Amino acid sequence: MNVIKAENLGKKYIISHQQERGGKSGKYTNLRDVISEKIGKLSNKLFNPFTRNETSPHSAHEEFWALRNVSFEIKQGERVGIIGRNGAGKSTLLKILSRITEPTTGRVSIKGRIASLLEVGTGFHPELTGRENIYLNGAILGMAKIEIKKNFDEIVAFAEVEKFLDTPVKRYSSGMYVRLAFAVAAHLEPEILVVDEVLAVGDAQFQKKCLGKMEEVGREGRTVLFVSHNMTALKILCSRAMLLDKGDMVTEGETQAVVNHYLQNMTNSVLEQVWENRETAPGNDKVRLRSARIIINDEEHHENVIRVDTPLKIEFECWNLLQEAELNFSMSLYNAEGLCIFNTVSPAVVYRAGLIRGVCAIPGNILNDETYSVMIMIVKDMSVPLFSKNDVLVFEVKDIVREGAWYGKWHGVVRPKLVWNTEFIQPTVQESFEITYGK
Amino acid sequence: MKNLSESEYDQVIETGHAELHYWKDLWLYRELFFFLSWRDILVRYKQTTLGIAWSVLRPLLTMIVFTIIFGKLARLPSEGVPYPIFVYAAMLPWQFFSGSLTESSNSLITNSHIISKIFFPRIIIPASTVIVCLVDFLISSFILCLIMVWYKYSPDWRLLTVPFFLLLSLVTSFGTGLWLSSLNVKYRDFRYIVPFLVQIGLYISPVGFSSSIVPEKWRLLYSINPMVGVIDGFRWALLRGNIQIYWSGFLLSTALVMLIFVSGIWYFRKTERTFADNI
Repeated sequence: MNVIKAENLGKKYIISHQQERGGKSGKYTNLRDVISEKIGKLSNKLFNPFTRNETSPHSAHEEFWALRNVSFEIKQGERVGIIGRNGAGKSTLLKILSRITEPTTGRVSIKGRIASLLEVGTGFHPELTGRENIYLNGAILGMAKIEIKKNFDEIVAFAEVEKFLDTPVKRYSSGMYVRLAFAVAAHLEPEILVVDEVLAVGDAQFQKKCLGKMEEVGREGRTVLFVSHNMTALKILCSRAMLLDKGDMVTEGETQAVVNHYLQNMTNSVLEQVWENRETAPGNDKVRLRSARIIINDEEHHENVIRVDTPLKIEFECWNLLQEAELNFSMSLYNAEGLCIFNTVSPAVVYRAGLIRGVCAIPGNILNDETYSVMIMIVKDMSVPLFSKNDVLVFEVKDIVREGAWYGKWHGVVRPKLVWNTEFIQPTVQESFEITYGK
Repeated sequence: MKNLSESEYDQVIETGHAELHYWKDLWLYRELFFFLSWRDILVRYKQTTLGIAWSVLRPLLTMIVFTIIFGKLARLPSEGVPYPIFVYAAMLPWQFFSGSLTESSNSLITNSHIISKIFFPRIIIPASTVIVCLVDFLISSFILCLIMVWYKYSPDWRLLTVPFFLLLSLVTSFGTGLWLSSLNVKYRDFRYIVPFLVQIGLYISPVGFSSSIVPEKWRLLYSINPMVGVIDGFRWALLRGNIQIYWSGFLLSTALVMLIFVSGIWYFRKTERTFADNI
């Protein structure tokens, strides 16, 4: 029996470049800007009535489809994973399903009560006590007062906060806070549960507890939709998965197959990117990226393969369009599962307008055999991100030669070669011990 | 395997669908409304150590200042009512109005973390802030009782009409709050406009003085300020009819209040679908 049926779902956002130009305002508009823009247009019309009012590039509005023509059906009791890179439309899909935002096209039909858990602890108020927050958070998540009352003791026991029930949650440790938040969420009893990346919080033990609870929810015949970058969790939890990319549904089916498809698609290496045209290069009116490349700094092997022990250089060039600015590069490396491996920053230097180059050297024997994608960010005054771009470069580190006889997957996100010291202390002595009593 | 026919699904999400079920949704989420109001009241009286004392002191101090400036120094008429009572009777609706205006215009922004994560009819949020101000209003009313006892001043049967005028000021506050809160989501500089409006409003509304000192030919124009009708109404109801209501002005004020209220709901509903995208 289908409980969710989505037909041709689409969500369009309009990105206004005008707002970006406004600088600090970010996503929202100021009335001041709108008025000055209107006055600007009006005076243009008055003084140049015969020139056609061409939309200037600054005030151009660009359409952006976060989700396009997505259709699927989900049956009762199914646990479905949603996979995709950042910006693939996963969160948008969850937001539509939980009615936070309306789709631009298409429709979803739902049978049963749906509860969404896009974040644990939504609406927690630091000034209120644990007890008060349980009621408040429960109500926000859609529980009726009677339901909360019925489950109250269970929630408290699950969160292990009995002693602190009447303490304001601002005095809670972060662990207690998350436990309480998840406990409330875990006692929701909807027919359909929509969960976003909540497992990204808490320690390993807590994550295990969450996973266990989610499995239990599934076993009770309830339907779960689950977004995660954690492929392992997805494989354990979900029987079926959907892969989204740039708003389109790429494939759906058995979880293992979809995860493989996702991982393989990420291996298309991009070792160099150059944008010759300064007008269209990625960036904005402050900085624009000119090029990014990986230089394989390996004198022994002249092949174009990055091995675990190959030292690398990652080079970026960008145009600084600001007159005088203290800039630095900030680079993050992500693995195929979307986990940030590290973030490294260059020293901040004051530059005049012009072309800047930054090179980061990654020594051999740090990365494991995986596919990595590079995110670059250019930061002003050590604090203001001017521009950032995901997946500028994608490269694969291969495990070709290995010392020893273990050929399985080498564990760990990184694979540093560390100094070990081993020595022989003393040989085993064959002795019989006499046990003496008293003196 | 059985597939459901269209009618067996109990919820459909598509553009404009929520519009059709707006009032039904609102009813379904009534419990959340109570919880949010309860939260705001709790937080309000917990956060400031002075808590209740603050909501008592503020109107009281304003009343004292106005009594000295308008009553003693400027010697404005108070139609035979002790000036403190005369001012305080107007402070009640004014505090309620200015408080709910300030709180509700910011309410959507301060609750943005909930709005972007959970669905519910957004109108609940500004509505719950108005409820908090209603609690302040009740506390202030109690103070008025004490002042009246002190001056041995007793109201008459007109006191029974206070709920009506309270409703009127509630509609005024809520209507304006709806406009400002949704505009605030779109244009963030509205948060600078609101304190200014409130400050100016205190002086152009008949709080410290009687609206009867406004020349007859300007009174209708003066009544365009919706708070004029509300404040005159409160004085009429509380002060034994010493104050006469200027009826044509009162009707104009009331009509404007209704217009603000209805258009506020209309504008709020029109924009609320995109709150989560803009906030």
